[in-house]
Amino acid sequence: LAFGAGAAMADEDAELVINGEIEIVTKTAAPAHLDGALDEIMSGWRFRDDTTQAMQMDDFDNPAMLAVEDALEIWATADGSEGKSCMDCHGAAEDMAGVKPVYPKWNEAAGEVYTLQMQVNDCRENRMGAEPWKVDASDALAMEGLLSSVSRGMPMNVAIDGPAQSTWEQGKELYYTRTGQLDLSCATCHEQNYGNMIRADHLSMGMVNGFPTYRLKDSKLVGVQSRFKGCVRDTRAETYSPGSPEFIALELYVASRANGLSVEGPAVRN
Amino acid sequence: MIALAAFAMGTGAAFAEETAPENVSFDGYEVAESLTGVPGDPEKGREIMTNKSAGNCISCHAAEAYADVPFHGEVGPVLDGAGDRWSEAELRGLVVNAKMAFDGTVMPAFYKTDGFTRLGDAFTGKAWPEGEPVTPLLTAQEVEDVVAYLKTLTE
Ligand code: HEC
Ligand code: HEC
Ligand code: HEC
Repeated sequence: LAFGAGAAMADEDAELVINGEIEIVTKTAAPAHLDGALDEIMSGWRFRDDTTQAMQMDDFDNPAMLAVEDALEIWATADGSEGKSCMDCHGAAEDMAGVKPVYPKWNEAAGEVYTLQMQVNDCRENRMGAEPWKVDASDALAMEGLLSSVSRGMPMNVAIDGPAQSTWEQGKELYYTRTGQLDLSCATCHEQNYGNMIRADHLSMGMVNGFPTYRLKDSKLVGVQSRFKGCVRDTRAETYSPGSPEFIALELYVASRANGLSVEGPAVRN
Repeated sequence: MIALAAFAMGTGAAFAEETAPENVSFDGYEVAESLTGVPGDPEKGREIMTNKSAGNCISCHAAEAYADVPFHGEVGPVLDGAGDRWSEAELRGLVVNAKMAFDGTVMPAFYKTDGFTRLGDAFTGKAWPEGEPVTPLLTAQEVEDVVAYLKTLTE
């Protein structure tokens, strides 16, 4: 049978090294909290075809790097009533290496779990006197892409205990809740059926270590929560909105499922 | 009009009363009685099964029988031989609500209007409008058409 005729399959054993130097772990043992659900976790990169995979192996071929360049400019440009830039307080963007792998993370002052975009907006609003960016707006995604790019190769390491635990539990509940008229959950597609074709799509494990991702289909960067929205919509359900408490919780939980995989964003996906 | 009346009489009371989703009577996971009394059209059934905006069964099921349509899913079993493996009543039950046969199955219920979580308005991402009667994924006659096609999938 010609399954998914035309959809070139990924080489199962391909390994990802970016720019010939950054080694990316795209397959590893699952974190302990996935005991009984998954033994091994794999990046979405492994499920893409050869051409899409190759685009991520060199920054010159990765269309998302244009947004990263834009973000480098934003990084160094003063904005808001305080006349400050990100660089004024944080130095070089490379100095932020190690930040992305631990987000979303509990923010003590705010008393809630912060996504990386929320943290950036907190700096914009409260330290720069600048307007916050909308969730997954192009500047927000470009900045997230920059912060991700400087952490490439570092293992995802999101904390699920302590004050973040109840948010994590909520996210887990959402992950396994079947929604919509098609009555499907994240787990039905990404835990029970990864590796299978669903029509023309090769189902991955729905990992977020590559986010924000450049989606060839949309010719632009896509944020985690916007991706979730699309997946929930595809169950013929009423979606949650990006930025909602539900999607923040879900982002924390889904990020924790990738603990151990390398940060590889901004990744290329189809 | 006369012809229609004659036809209706010929096929009995079931024709006039299409069975609503909430009134489908299961015997275990089987549904013996036609939902409409009108024989299904296998050609239409094939179209519904392979059309993205209709049943879209093809997104999960491959079959040699419709190999001409591109992109077959692999989430469910290959359907060739389904007409040998299952009786008509079983096939109808599977299409109406496969959860009756396979506990917790991934396969959606195609003729069911209640019991959903966050029911949306098709693929808009918006809530199903409150108070509006819910439409099942397939109409009663579409279920019959699909069942008629599945019956032809013999090996
Ligand atoms: C006036 C100083 C200032 C400016 C300007 C500023 N930040 Fe911050 N930023 C901070 C401080 C202080 C913290 C630590 C906050 C805390 O610990 O809660 C921080 C924290 C962060 C963190 C989280 C680091 C971590 O380890 O969790 C990120 C990411 C970040 N800033 C990004 C940015 C970006 C992007 C900009 C520009 C759009 C920016 N910041 C502008 C002062 C600033
Ligand atoms: C009907 C099937 C289906 C359901 C249900 C579903 N997804 Fe997806 N998802 C897909 C498909 C198809 C893709 C694109 C191919 C891929 O990467 O798996 C995708 C992609 C993703 C990606 C991008 C992966 C990458 O590497 O870029 C993430 C993250 C994701 N899904 C998370 C979720 C979450 C969280 C849920 C539940 C809220 C969910 N999905 C529900 C089908 C589904
Ligand atoms: C989202 C995935 C999905 C969709 C869509 C779907 N199915 Fe299924 N189907 C399954 C799975 C999975 C099974 C296997 C049952 C199980 O063990 O859970 C199945 C089982 C079946 C079986 C019995 C399998 C056999 O050959 O013995 C038939 C018949 C069937 N489906 C017909 C259909 C028809 C007709 C449609 C569309 C109107 C459809 N399915 C849509 C997932 C799906």
